[in-house]
Amino acid sequence: MVKKFQKKRSESSPGISTASLPDIIFILLFFFMVVTQMRDSELKVKVKTPFATELNKLEEKSLVNYIYVGRPNDRYKDVYGTKPRIQLGDKFAEVNEIPLFLERHKTKVPESRHGQITSSLRVDGQVTMGIVQDVKTQLRKYGQLKVNYSAKKRPDEDKG
Amino acid sequence: MAKGSKSRSLMKNEINASSMADIAFLLLIFFLVTTTIVEDKGITVKLPPWSEEPPEELKLKGRNVYLVLVNAQNQLLVRGEPMEIRSLRDNAKEFISNPGGREDYAESPKNAIISLKNDRGTNYETYLAVYNELKAAYNELWNDLCQRKFGKPYSEDLPTSIRKTIKDEIPFVLSEAEPTSFGNEQ
Repeated sequence: MVKKFQKKRSESSPGISTASLPDIIFILLFFFMVVTQMRDSELKVKVKTPFATELNKLEEKSLVNYIYVGRPNDRYKDVYGTKPRIQLGDKFAEVNEIPLFLERHKTKVPESRHGQITSSLRVDGQVTMGIVQDVKTQLRKYGQLKVNYSAKKRPDEDKG
Repeated sequence: MAKGSKSRSLMKNEINASSMADIAFLLLIFFLVTTTIVEDKGITVKLPPWSEEPPEELKLKGRNVYLVLVNAQNQLLVRGEPMEIRSLRDNAKEFISNPGGREDYAESPKNAIISLKNDRGTNYETYLAVYNELKAAYNELWNDLCQRKFGKPYSEDLPTSIRKTIKDEIPFVLSEAEPTSFGNEQ
């Protein structure tokens, strides 16, 4: 009895089969590919969006253009100072460069969907309204009226 | 000749797949590094179209206008009274729906107009908080009305006809005045 038992044990192959490991990793990979987005531009301004509760989701990424407003990062402080700046794409810009930026984005969108383009304003919470107002005025002059003020969901601690 | 055919039959075993996991891992790490999990959420607003001419003067009854001023010190003045952001939502709701039929509140939700005016020195955070509270007041009113009429909470996913009925009853009218420039801009 004992002898037989021991023999069986030595025969069984050691180690776990790793044949399914690639599949598991691939599933993980696809998951991340779906839920994340390619980092298209390096942020040169500090943007910490404020909290809000009444949020809407931005559906289609291809119909959204991003306008960043905030103070320059530590790396760019020496050159650009500490005043809030606008970032379009991957470089600093002035307010009057917004129409060109929007026009460039428009060429990538089919004409039938031009009306659905949304501008996402990712503005730092500590920035004063002056520069935001200038951006808004410029957007209105250009006719880009659909705007989304980017914000984070407020944690539910201060309800009631 | 015979030797060649023999080595061929030996080669017929499968491709070694053990490196597949490593390749997939590399791809996974590459994607983790180059991508971001974005929170693409925010408050969607519709800006009014730009016009060079000054807007025509509208005669509005004072009781229908809910005037909110935000100064450069991020303080609120609502209809001439200082107020905290915390109490803005309930106050706005009461003003719009006017359940007590007060003389100085809106005649009906259809007539109510919110007027928001800020300073160029106002913090963006405060501005958005105020905007959020005003939007929340309307959302809550829509929710109440929708519960009463259709027995379900209001959401943007409802059919257009239902949303239209709700919004005809309580339209969201928020006018933003050109900001003042008393405060310091930073």
